[in-house]
Amino acid sequence: MFDLSLVEARDALRAKKISSRELTGAYVGAIEQLNPQINAYITTTPEAAMAQADAADAALAKGEAGPLTGIPLAIKDLFCTKGVRTTAGSKILQPFIPPYESTVSSNLLRDGAVFLGKANMDEFAMGSSNMTSAYGGVTNPWTRRGDNRPLVPGGSSGGSAAAVSARMALGATATDTGGSIRQPAAFCGIVGIKPTYGRCSRWGVVAFASSLDQAGPVARNVEDCAVLLGSMAGFDAKDSTSADMPVPDFAAACKRGVKGMRIGVPREYRMDGMAPEIEALWQQGLGWLRDAGATIVDVSLPHTKYGLATYYIVAPAEASSNLARYDGVRFGAREPGRDLTELYENTRAEGFGPEVQRRILIGTYVLSAGYYDAYYLRAQKVRALILRDFTEAFEKVDALLTPATPTAAFGQGEKMDDPITMYLNDVFTVPVNMAGLPGMSVPAGLDAQGLPLGLQIIGRPFDEESVFAVGAAIERAAGFSTLPTIRAGI
Amino acid sequence: MAYSLEGATGTWEIVCGLEVHAQVISKSKLFSGSSAAYGAEPNSQVSFVDAAFPGMLPVINRECVAQAVRTGLGINAKINLWSRFDRKNYFYADLPQGYQISQFAHPIVGDGVVEVTLADGSTKQIGVTRLHLEQDAGKSLHDQDPSRSFIDLNRSGVALMEIVSEPDIRSPEEAGAYLTKLRQILRYLGTCDGNMDEGSMRADVNVSVRKAGEDFRTRCEIKNVNSIRFVMLAVEAEAKRQIAVWEDGGEVVQETRLFDPSRMETRSMRSKEDAHDYRYFPDPDLLPLVLEPDWVAGLKAKLPELPDAKTARFVSEYGLSAYDARVLVMEQATADFYETVAKGRDAKLAANWMMGDFFAALNRTGRTIETTPVSAASLGALIDLIADSTINGRIAKEVFEAMVETGEAPGAIVDAKGLRQVTDTGAIDAAVDAVLAANADKVAQYKGGQEKLFGFFVGQVMKAMAGKGNPALVNTALKAKLS
Amino acid sequence: MSLDPATVRRIARLSRLSIDDNQVERMQSDLNGILGWIEQLNEVNVEGVEPLTGAAMMAMRMRDDVVTDGNLQEAVLSNAPDREGPFYAVPKVVE
Repeated sequence: MFDLSLVEARDALRAKKISSRELTGAYVGAIEQLNPQINAYITTTPEAAMAQADAADAALAKGEAGPLTGIPLAIKDLFCTKGVRTTAGSKILQPFIPPYESTVSSNLLRDGAVFLGKANMDEFAMGSSNMTSAYGGVTNPWTRRGDNRPLVPGGSSGGSAAAVSARMALGATATDTGGSIRQPAAFCGIVGIKPTYGRCSRWGVVAFASSLDQAGPVARNVEDCAVLLGSMAGFDAKDSTSADMPVPDFAAACKRGVKGMRIGVPREYRMDGMAPEIEALWQQGLGWLRDAGATIVDVSLPHTKYGLATYYIVAPAEASSNLARYDGVRFGAREPGRDLTELYENTRAEGFGPEVQRRILIGTYVLSAGYYDAYYLRAQKVRALILRDFTEAFEKVDALLTPATPTAAFGQGEKMDDPITMYLNDVFTVPVNMAGLPGMSVPAGLDAQGLPLGLQIIGRPFDEESVFAVGAAIERAAGFSTLPTIRAGI
Repeated sequence: MAYSLEGATGTWEIVCGLEVHAQVISKSKLFSGSSAAYGAEPNSQVSFVDAAFPGMLPVINRECVAQAVRTGLGINAKINLWSRFDRKNYFYADLPQGYQISQFAHPIVGDGVVEVTLADGSTKQIGVTRLHLEQDAGKSLHDQDPSRSFIDLNRSGVALMEIVSEPDIRSPEEAGAYLTKLRQILRYLGTCDGNMDEGSMRADVNVSVRKAGEDFRTRCEIKNVNSIRFVMLAVEAEAKRQIAVWEDGGEVVQETRLFDPSRMETRSMRSKEDAHDYRYFPDPDLLPLVLEPDWVAGLKAKLPELPDAKTARFVSEYGLSAYDARVLVMEQATADFYETVAKGRDAKLAANWMMGDFFAALNRTGRTIETTPVSAASLGALIDLIADSTINGRIAKEVFEAMVETGEAPGAIVDAKGLRQVTDTGAIDAAVDAVLAANADKVAQYKGGQEKLFGFFVGQVMKAMAGKGNPALVNTALKAKLS
Repeated sequence: MSLDPATVRRIARLSRLSIDDNQVERMQSDLNGILGWIEQLNEVNVEGVEPLTGAAMMAMRMRDDVVTDGNLQEAVLSNAPDREGPFYAVPKVVE
């Protein structure tokens, strides 16, 4: 059962070879078995899932199957799910039960999906390790060869990626603000795509940095992601930043191939001290695409190295404002105070973890009187230059290929002393968010210690189809089939 | 003559600017679909967006934008086809988001002007710096519980227009005149109802003082003054306070104050932390607001006739005095009522009746033009009866009072009470003869030179005729028989 | 740009985050590290560049003036840690 991909399971359900009850039941069992170790889920909803599975089987029997009928998914705990606790990985939302469903998860329910539970994540989506969650860290199902020390799954969508990788879900929703889909996908040996800004609705997604946040799927392979994104995406009038564009057939794009495509290699992504394995994998990826009929073109994105600094001004600034609503008055946890100010200060100090507090303080500082021009305004100008770099490159190429991360998954407890070391995990992914472009991570090989490494494909705005085409080509050529140490169905 | 205040050290001038917050008339809120109506059960007109729940997002209401544009056009201001929303960040119990969506750097409306007429008939132009759209906050109740304040978010998210004047105001009277005129324009446009007692229009008053010829000195802001009268009193009270500070050798400290009408003075607000650092930045949940010139032109074409234009037209078309025209134009409903009455009739007579008996009756019965017991058609019919001599002026007053009381049409009242004017010269002669015969002594006095007794005879004849004698014919008959 | 403890406290107050004395030093060091790293942006020539806010997008869509929401009194109040009938309750505010 666990060997079926999402697409294979969907086909098997439609052909009545399996039932959703069997499929979902298997995954519910996997969660019971593995969650104590992996901690991929903050909240599990097994009874509701089985009820949804039964409803799915009834629909399938009537021949009324939707694109995802009966498919069990994990939902990142950043998406508000009606009647099901939603914490954003934070203590401050521990008691919060949303009275509404996010648009993206609504879309999945509309298409017949089954929800297994809420996936663990870095608190308020701020992190690249899933170690900042108030509900405990997530353990990567992969371990280094001959070393069973627990590794991080990446973040912020660490729970979503670990769940898919360990076969505790057939797919999952995730979000990406600086790399939070692509980096954990790479660390967990699975596929993840952050679509173009505006492709998926942000309504009902707990906001971190509004001009950067995007929802997207993580799944075992490129086609699975295409099917999920097809359901998740779409214009939403309740989100003023939602793009009024039709949703293309992403799954069909996976079969396109890359013949005649021009693939760009941005020279600035070759960083000093980059591990030779990563460089080698990158070259290998370019070779695969060349063999499949693409042309490789050198391009320059001169402002790449400023992406992280720009991100660490813009994102905290927006977050400091977006998180002001967490004040213990209308929902969420509250700490007592003798007056209103104390109520706010105590509630927020107790409810937010140190990384969130750090970013709120940075954000407040860079927006404060006297510093706005020097930091925030300047960062938004550099951001415009980063976008311009990409726009100019895309006059010469149709997609870009880069490494997804500078390293493979690291150990829990490593890189924890200095925030900046952690921030550097996102060096390849952040510029893509700054420019609002679609980006995908595809597992392409293993490092010397047997850990997965991913390659990143970056596309033009609203051209996810090219990204899927290139991603599928890489996937076919790489033939990546290694499975993690810890997983269901062994 | 310029307004000034005398102090111990010399003559002081007031410098004043007003920031008016005007609630926009619309069905739903600025960025959410909940109702903007006043007076509902607490927290019953609150959506998850208004209550700033996680993941909620703003979507702008086109009508609120249109109302702001109409207002800008109504004060002859520049409409900015490109404007932007910024977040104004601060924490308060009635501000669920922890920020207000406002417009800081790029407001929807730029420079405008409001012309005011003062009591002495002179006019003055008060500049408007800008108008922008922003969200209103919720309401806090602090007096319902000993240790807690209660929050109602119904008002949270209702659209406000913030209208900022230049510091062109130089007296309490000018401040009152500006607010009155602005309110009038807003009501004419239908963009705000101007009900200061309901809080749909509020004013923050900026006041400073200076000696003639000086630059501006430090100003203080008096927040949330909720009547025009209080604004005028607050300007004066604050100016006097500041003058006293300067004259004592002190310095006025820039701060926010409240006006206390029971003490007729301003007091400092309990300090809201250090000076607010609002950390304005463009709202990343919204895109720039871009208006099509055609759309703006369409709004302009449909604007109603505004007070200044209507006043000028009343003067030229109806021959009214500027003062009378201004009175009738004060409220659009009154102006419309007048025009219905005046159409095809003696415009000045119509004006006199409205400004005299009609307004007096409304006052007396506690009614308004909207709830008038006498319709425009009825008043017009009454004037017709005077014009065709069916009744005389005095009888008309009696008929009018009956109209106010019963709501009936004048013709019916005249007939029912038999009040038709008598124009039969025979009857008049008979009445005159009778009066003169009964007052032979006074006739002799009159003929002896006491010409004032003519009025007595007129009164007596009218009394004998139950007031229904045609006054002109009575005069003619008396004159003839007394000569 | 180097933050002193007083500035850290002021920023914490603006953010409504209570921060006790042992934390101030740690925060100060973390924040100064991050701000120092961010300084590299000063190298970039941004002359004549317009700031980018969202990714390049069209003008804002406007919605019709229709009441489509609200009337959710129970739903908006039911998550509140302290409520009094139809109101949210907070420690008394003195103005």
